[in-house]
Amino acid sequence: MNIVVCLKQTFDTEAKIVLDSTGKIDSAGVNLVINTYDEFAVEEALKLKEKFGGEVTIVSMGGDRVQEAIRTALAMGADQAVLVNDPSIAYADEAAIADILAKAVATIPYDIILTGRMAVDDGSSQVGVRLAEALDIPSVSSILKLDVEDSKATATREIDGGTEIIETTLPAVFTAQKGLNEPRYPSMMGIMKAKKKEIKVLTLADLGTSAADMAAKMNAPKFSLPSARKAGIKIAGEEAADKAKELARLLREEAKVI
Amino acid sequence: MNFDYSDDHIMIRNMVRDFAEEVCGPGAEERDEKEEFAYDIWKKCGELGLAGITFPEEYGGIGADYMSYSIAIEELSKVDASVGVTISAHSSLCANPIYMFGTEEQKQKYLVPLATGEKMGAFGLTEAMAGSDASGTRTTAVRDGDEYVINGTKCFITNGYYGDIYVITAQMDKSKGNRGIAAFILEKGTPGFTFGKKEKKMGIRSSATYELAFENVRIPAENLLGQEGQGFKIAMATLDYGRIGIASQALGIAQGAYEAALKYSKERVQFGMSLSQMPVIQFKLADMALEIEAARLLIYQACDLATQHKPVSKHAAMAKVFAAEVANKVTKEAVQVLGGYGYTRDYPVERMMRDAKITEIYEGTSEIQRVVIAANILKD
Amino acid sequence: MAKGIWVVIEQNKAEIRKVSLEILSQARTIADKTGDPLVAVILGKGIADLAKTVAAYGADKVVLVEDDKLADYSTGAYTSVLNKLIRKDEPQAVLLGNTAVGKDLAPRLAQRLGVGMASDCTGMEYDEANFLTFKRPIYGGKAFAEVSSNTRPVVATIRPNTFALGQQDAAKQAEVVNETAEIDAADLRAIVKEIIIAASERPELIEANIIISGGRGMKGPENYKVLEECADVIGAAVGASRAAVDAGWIEQKFQVGQTGKTVSPTLYIACGISGAIQHLAGMSSSKVIVAINKDPEAYIFNIADYGIVGDLFDVVPLLTEEFKKLK
Repeated sequence: MNIVVCLKQTFDTEAKIVLDSTGKIDSAGVNLVINTYDEFAVEEALKLKEKFGGEVTIVSMGGDRVQEAIRTALAMGADQAVLVNDPSIAYADEAAIADILAKAVATIPYDIILTGRMAVDDGSSQVGVRLAEALDIPSVSSILKLDVEDSKATATREIDGGTEIIETTLPAVFTAQKGLNEPRYPSMMGIMKAKKKEIKVLTLADLGTSAADMAAKMNAPKFSLPSARKAGIKIAGEEAADKAKELARLLREEAKVI
Repeated sequence: MNFDYSDDHIMIRNMVRDFAEEVCGPGAEERDEKEEFAYDIWKKCGELGLAGITFPEEYGGIGADYMSYSIAIEELSKVDASVGVTISAHSSLCANPIYMFGTEEQKQKYLVPLATGEKMGAFGLTEAMAGSDASGTRTTAVRDGDEYVINGTKCFITNGYYGDIYVITAQMDKSKGNRGIAAFILEKGTPGFTFGKKEKKMGIRSSATYELAFENVRIPAENLLGQEGQGFKIAMATLDYGRIGIASQALGIAQGAYEAALKYSKERVQFGMSLSQMPVIQFKLADMALEIEAARLLIYQACDLATQHKPVSKHAAMAKVFAAEVANKVTKEAVQVLGGYGYTRDYPVERMMRDAKITEIYEGTSEIQRVVIAANILKD
Repeated sequence: MAKGIWVVIEQNKAEIRKVSLEILSQARTIADKTGDPLVAVILGKGIADLAKTVAAYGADKVVLVEDDKLADYSTGAYTSVLNKLIRKDEPQAVLLGNTAVGKDLAPRLAQRLGVGMASDCTGMEYDEANFLTFKRPIYGGKAFAEVSSNTRPVVATIRPNTFALGQQDAAKQAEVVNETAEIDAADLRAIVKEIIIAASERPELIEANIIISGGRGMKGPENYKVLEECADVIGAAVGASRAAVDAGWIEQKFQVGQTGKTVSPTLYIACGISGAIQHLAGMSSSKVIVAINKDPEAYIFNIADYGIVGDLFDVVPLLTEEFKKLK
């Protein structure tokens, strides 16, 4: 079985966010990791490979540092990777990223494509589903469980207030939700073997396209930081009963939320 | 001299750090309180390949360098020093002497399951009368046909009771002193081999520390490790490499305590400012940082020598004594920075301070390390 | 040259989701400025009566698409229908709620239309140059991005509880248009076999106006009863921090935070929650935050509007009694 995992390298969720002098998000000194939700996708891909045999290919986009994230996925057990690294890309929105990934994915045989449901940095939740549309294959987003049988798959999808069971033909894109699995730690052996696995680095020209063709459809964003939420008051009182009474009163009369 | 970490080293550190924080961290305090050994964590370490880091792949190991080993022990010990020493004692004190001195048959039979983590190893050298002075060894081994018969007791044995394979020393000819000692490979379950007292300790309380008792234990002659009379040399060579493991454990303890103090000092506000804004505290943190850095470099130098199979005795001793003393200083200071809270079990620094003490004692006391260093520097 | 602002109205078993009406209300104020017709689009089965409700909230026109295949939401069918309708009428903007449906439908639709999309927006304003600009949280709410599209229609999903419901006017009329569902076979490759809704009387976390959450301080699964009793008095949803979920005390679907749900209630009561940055990412846009924690140094007190230093097992039951008295 040929499994493709689209992975994004993001800031660690612990990172403090500051703006640099040009108003962009400053990445200096920030710890970069595999996007949390993409870890579930890598793990699911490895489980499918263990069950059905085949290969897991990581596909990603970005600069040289993305190789660290890719190597970690290779250390977990993925077989090879494709990285689209093209400095001529000025700003790629979700549409451009999906279009570029689609071009990269189209160079590899695939039965199943897995990716995280959302990137923890942009929080957009678009790329996985867009990718499926670009490849003209079905998508099932936010999956909690995946069962594959020949050329069809059954997925449990998380919806508001519950779950639904979706059956789909393959190939298809599945976006992973937390709870799908427990990602494995890369083993020591996996880490040692990772450096021997191939990461093919491609430019847009290698994919038969250009930055102009893969232009973003959103204007480049303007960033701002939230105004610091100030600490309020600690409710004074002798006993818990007094504090509870005062809180209820404040919530009703002052904040007007009850 | 390259001071960069390789990509592998970075990935190893990240992996072990995550594993330590997520798997070893949550129950560390409770295990310390209850003196409970975490056998399941040992198994998981084995599955991740942490039981045979420096051994060649042909023997079930990972074939990585000593720095990788040090990084792994450090990251484990940062969160739970008991887990760190479990791996260190297993790898350096049991698997390694078999790797260095074993026959091909012994390596296949014992090294492979140790390196894969299928079996746990321990080292039985210390006795009531043989601490720093190994010539006090009273455990005896007598050749009888195609067997050896072992009698005696060992104490303070890390990984005792849970360990499957033991490398032990026994005296075969008292008249020869140290040169009468031989080393043997012994399996748990051998008739006459039992476990005695479980030690109640100040620190590393969830590391298994047991007495071993041998009553007419018969082992096949093939279980002699190296030559008769070579036992003391084997023990000393074993300890040389083992010191890198303990130095790394001490480094991890120090690093963990330092990070806890650093974080706390930024959050704790007294006299209208955070502790980290007070020069008194800043200097404490600066001293911690610089001593840890120095310990780290000494350890990595010893690792470099060990990986290249160059003589490592002096540098391993230097690394161990220095790192152990740094760990004790830093943890004590960390408790001080955390003040009253640092003295309670709500924060991990009191445990780290208790854990640090043993690093100045086992695998050669700090005094013995200085004996080793002096011997090395005076021999030329 | 007004062309239309479309709001895709999400409905479930002929009940309209509140977020759709919130968006409609806000879009009404924008349509009043731009002169665009405000169009509510409803897909489903048995939805004819819903036209009245959306008209009352200000829709000028209601497009109804009734079909068996649209009874329950499915990616392919809904994308197919909306794509064709949008290409026919060419509205300036298409807005949806950032719900499970919205997160799935909007990007697929945007890609098929060949346009950009702004997700999970917490602000939307009319802008002469770009028609609409949006404010949206990024990095778990640690920063914001102001975005706009250089393609049409502008597509965006809006976070629930961002906009207030406008005034309902039952007298308002809207033009109702019935369209037939055009669904390509290719859009039926993935089908819904079964829907399992967890029986719960409590509001859905991402839409709840009031949430009471428990963290590490809960100390066990059975203790959530204390929060549930309070929740039921004030009509709140129950949430949890990652620590409680990882400890196995409560299911993952209740987790609020960076790797859980993002909520923006009017009132968020955090019990036994320290205020780790990843938890804040999920609830920092709450209007009012209350913290109840034994530890006076807990970080959450730095961002809470009201705090009580105390044992939640003492305080919460007392609070429940006080809330009962206020009813």
